[in-house]
Order: sequence, then structure tokens, then C-alpha cells
Amino acid sequence: MAEVLVYVDHVDGAVRKPTLELLTLARRIGEPVAVHLGPGADAAAPVLAEHGAVKVLTADAPEFADYLVVPKVDALQAAYKAVSPAAVLVPSSAEGKEIAARLALRIGSGIITDAVDLEAGDEGPVATQSVFAAAFTTKSRVSNGTPVITVKPNSAAVEAAPAAGTVEPLSVTFSDQATGTKITSRTPRESTGRPELTEAAIVVSGGRGVGGAENFPIVEALADSLGAAVGASRAAVDAGWYPHTNQVGQTGKSVSPQLYIATGISGAIQHRAGMQTSKTIVAINKDAEAPIFDLVDYGVVGDLFEVVPQLTEEIKTRKG
Amino acid sequence: MSLRIVVCVKYVPDATGDRHFAEDLTVDRDDVDGLLSELDEYAVEQALQISEEADDAEITVLTVGPEDAKDALRKALSMGADKAVHVEDDDLHGTDVVGTSLVLAKAIEKTGYDLVVCGMASTDGTMGVLPALLAERLGVPQVTLLSEVSVEDGTVKGRRDGDTASELLEASLPAVVSVTDQSGEARYPSFKGIMAAKKKPVTSWDLEDLEIDADVVGLEGAWTAVDGATERPARTAGTIVKDEGEGGKQLAAFLAERKFI
Ligand SMILES: Cc1cc2nc3c(=O)[nH]c(=O)nc-3n(C[C@H](O)[C@H](O)[C@H](O)COP(=O)(O)OP(=O)(O)OC[C@H]3O[C@@H](n4cnc5c(N)ncnc54)[C@H](O)[C@@H]3O)c2cc1C
Ligand SMILES: Nc1ncnc2c1ncn2[C@@H]1O[C@H](COP(=O)(O)O)[C@@H](O)[C@H]1O
Repeated sequence: MAEVLVYVDHVDGAVRKPTLELLTLARRIGEPVAVHLGPGADAAAPVLAEHGAVKVLTADAPEFADYLVVPKVDALQAAYKAVSPAAVLVPSSAEGKEIAARLALRIGSGIITDAVDLEAGDEGPVATQSVFAAAFTTKSRVSNGTPVITVKPNSAAVEAAPAAGTVEPLSVTFSDQATGTKITSRTPRESTGRPELTEAAIVVSGGRGVGGAENFPIVEALADSLGAAVGASRAAVDAGWYPHTNQVGQTGKSVSPQLYIATGISGAIQHRAGMQTSKTIVAINKDAEAPIFDLVDYGVVGDLFEVVPQLTEEIKTRKG
Repeated sequence: MSLRIVVCVKYVPDATGDRHFAEDLTVDRDDVDGLLSELDEYAVEQALQISEEADDAEITVLTVGPEDAKDALRKALSMGADKAVHVEDDDLHGTDVVGTSLVLAKAIEKTGYDLVVCGMASTDGTMGVLPALLAERLGVPQVTLLSEVSVEDGTVKGRRDGDTASELLEASLPAVVSVTDQSGEARYPSFKGIMAAKKKPVTSWDLEDLEIDADVVGLEGAWTAVDGATERPARTAGTIVKDEGEGGKQLAAFLAERKFI
């Protein structure tokens, strides 16, 4: 059976959920071979094996942390040469997309970014994409070379499928370009203790209607009652009320949770672009004409300062 | 020596309009209003700021696109860029991102450059990979997705706010940079700027000028194929209630019914 390379996104060996989803998708096309770069392979390998990796190729070198993107492209290319896979799958993070694109160019392959689903097809894997702010769904495939495809978080269920997960070191020769862009400092993001926005099953977002940074705890309290991640519209981010990392939309994160709750958000096209594929959508807005109501499964026309605290209380009561 | 900056700008269908596909499943660029991609305005802005800091700099705005893409160049010129290059050729219709990166790379080399500035992503394709592809093709450092950027003594520095960390980056010129919408509001063209733009030079090149074979670009040359596009079914109308004191509780009942609580 053909092998499929899966690029592992991890933080010091803690494998991020989108990679496990990729392993599910990879198994539809062939046998997943995971590529783990940087520290923590010992911790990652059993997790990758548990989710279907037949092999785990590992490489660690200071270049991966000290220079931008290119060292990882060099390594993925080395893995590609070693395996001759049927496809290469990479999580659709900003960095993942850049790595995938440069690899595709080097190996003479087409690239598809931001797939939301993947199936085997007669002429290679068929990717589903959601385009024009999710107004259209397209089916596409790579017609030249080995398909390189990046996949968005929450595109497949994580499934246990134990496989050998044999760990093999990957030897990497860095290209001249590898050390071109130096990372002179790195400040890790502080953990909020809440789920990662793109991975969360429930997202509660606040917009301009929240009225100020001092009111965001109302949104956070609702999120915490549901075990949800907190999102924000660009208006709220630009006003400095909430960090940019939490922005949902075209120039922020794109999310596709089971439940999306928008509070004080009008529903501009650029916001919709990042949340329209959510399974269930709920909005609280005092303007009955707000476009967000065109999307909702359930909407409450009302003042969020009344509705949200009452909702949070009721959830707590129901959960006992 | 003068700092030669090339800014890549894309002409895109208006996102607030009705965007759709043409018969051949390419993005319909004929029947819709187009404009300079808003995300590329940030690239023009940062290029202007870098040139204002430099002793001597010249900004060329570059686009690959149909006849109407000149509108995007005019807008960038009216913001303050010095000259423009328009790559236009009927054979370019349907070119994918790999092909576009080839055409842009050739045009950038022909123009001559020390710094290439791109937007973070196009608002129609939203791939966000073209700057990385350009760096790969040109064989120069990529310093991408910057929320802050500066150039001094032949070095470009910037801040990249990623998912898990915020990084400071550094590379020597020549380099390819892309900037995010966090990099700072783009200026509006002034009346004077709009008038001046009318007199600024716009050079047109076709594939032959760039010595590119027609069969490596366009729909035929694309390395990806779109087999189908379907409009997302309209969401079935949901329940909308007006809060009369019990809105939060009603919503909680809905969430419980859907098993979220
Ligand atoms: C290139 C580009 C990229 C963009 N990218 C993004 C993006 O990634 N994400 C994004 O979100 N936006 C993005 N935008 C901006 C987008 O166009 C909108 O401006 C933005 O989404 C508006 O945010 P908002 O809904 O919070 O604010 P508004 O549109 O001002 O809406 C606020 C809403 O709150 C309601 N409200 C006010 N007070 C209350 C109250 N007490 N109770 C209940 N409701 C109340 C109002 O009725 C209103 O509907 C982008 C724009 C451009 C041009
Ligand atoms: N046809 C084009 N002409 C000029 N620049 C482009 C073109 N397409 C993309 N770009 C540049 O590349 C960036 C990223 O584009 P993309 O990878 O398509 O999302 C854009 O913000 C532009 O700066």
C-alpha cells in the first residue's frame, strides 16, 4: 500500500490535535508515515503510532528552531526522497502552508491549501475546500506530481488505529537557503488554560458590542461554563480589547466548531469567512437586522449584558 | 545606492459583492467589480514607510492580472508608489499559484530589486503561500507574515506573531517580505496623489517579454485542477427570539436540546 507523509505539528513533542486528524485522513489514501522535526520525538512517537503512523521519521537540529521555515522544508524534502509517498499532508497553519508550498515547488507538484475534507479518488486524492467566505464548496485535486495538501483543523475525527510506529532517524542536509532568515528571539504565548481556538468544540466570540476590554470577562465566563475557547471580531481586536491571536475571520483564525456563539458581532463577510462552516451557530445581538442572524440556528435579539450572564447562570444550574 | 522595492499587488473581486465561478471553474473576474486587494494595501503602506526611512528608494508596484488590474496599480500609485508593471497575457487565464509565482519571479528579476513586499494573502485565493514561493524561486530569504517591519543597513527585521509564539526575524537583503493587516492602517490616496498617479509610468509586459512558455501557465499549465464547485446551500432559517427577560434561559434550553449542556 502507498505511503502518505504526514508533517507533525507539535510543541516540544506534544502533538497538536490537527496532526492526529491528518492521520485519520491519511489512512483513507494509504499508510501514514509521520515526520517529526525538533525535540520531543520520544514523547510524540507513541501518540503517532496509536493514531495510525506505520513509521515515524525524526530529525532534530538547532536549525529548526533558529531559522524560519526553510530548514523544515529541507527535512520534509529529505523525507519525501526517502519514502516516495503517494501524497504529503501538512496541517494548515501559517507555517505549515509555507513549508508545504516550498516543498511542492521543489518536487514539481501542485499544492492545495486549506482542505476541509479528503477522499481517495481515481486520479489521486480529492480535496474539498470551502471558498469565497464559505459561499462555495469546491472539489479539487493535484494534477501534476505528488499531491501536497494542507488541511484545516477540525476536518476529520481523531481516531485510534494502532500501528507499528517504527521510529527511524532521518538524515537531513540543509540547503544554502536554510539559514537565510534568523529567528533572533521567541516569546511563547501564555497559556490561558482554555482550549485552542481552532481546535475547540465550542467557541464563544465577542465583538464591538462587548463595549470594552473590561467587559470581556462576561464572554469568558460564558466560554468557561461550556469549556469553550474565546474568540473576538476584528473590531474588538483593533480596539485593543482582546489579543489578535483570538481573532476569528479572514485575517484571523478560521474555526469550524460544533457550536459557535457570537455576542455583539454584526456578521461582516470577513468575520463570516472564519466561522461560517461551524455546525451550530448562535448569536446574541440587540439589532434584529444584523446579518449574523442570517446564519443562525438560534438567535436572541437582545442586550448581551442581560442575555449572556443569564445564559451563563442557567448553564451552570443545568450542569449542577 | 537606491533601495529598489517591488510590491506585489493583486486585483481581486470585491468580497462584499457576489463572487462566483466562471464556466471553466476559474474565479469569475469579468462580471464582478474588482479592486486592489485590501490586504495588499498594507504591503504598499509598509513599502512607503520603508522608503520614507531610506535615503533613496524607488517603489515599483507589480501585478499579474487582466486588463482591469490596472485599477489596482493606479490605486497603489496614487498612494505614493513611483512606477508600475502590469503583466498581462491572454494565456495567463487560469494560472494557479505555482504558475503565478513563476511569472512574478521573472518580472521581479527583470525589474531589479532589493526588497519584495507582499500582502499576507489574497482576499480571493486566500492561500497565503505566494511570498514563500517567490522566496524559493528567487533564492532569497523569506521574512513573512510580519506585523512590524523595518529595513536598515541592508538588513530587514520584523516581528512574526505565530500560533504558539511571537518571533523576531532578521535577514539580509535581497529578501521577500509579507506583511499582515496588523502592520498598520494603510493611507488613503490624497487628491494630489491621485492626480500625480495619472502621470506615473505603467509598463506592460506579456509572457514573451518575460521569456515564459505559454504552456507552463494558464489552465493547461496548472498543477491543480478544480473538478467541481457547488454553492453552499443556504442555512435553513433558525429560530429567532426577542429577549423579554428570559432570552438567556431560552437559549440555554436550545443548547440543552442540542446536547451542548
Ligand atoms: C481585509 C479585511 C479583513 C478583515 N478581517 C476580519 C477578520 O478576520 N475578522 C473580523 O471579525 N473582521 C474582519 N474584518 C472587519 C469586518 O469587515 C468588520 O468590520 C468586523 O467584523 C466588525 O466587527 P463587529 O461585528 O464586532 O463590529 P460591528 O460591525 O460594529 O458590530 C457590532 C454589533 O454589536 C451589536 N451590539 C452593540 N451593543 C450590543 C449589546 N449591548 N448587546 C448586543 N449586541 C450589541 C450591534 O448591534 C452590532 O451588530 C476585515 C475587514 C477587511 C477589510
Ligand atoms: N496575481 C498577482 N499579482 C501580484 N501579486 C500577487 C498576485 N497574486 C498574489 N500576489 C501577492 O501574493 C500575496 C499572497 O497571495 P496568495 O498566496 O495568493 O494568497 C498577495 O497578498 C500579493 O502580495
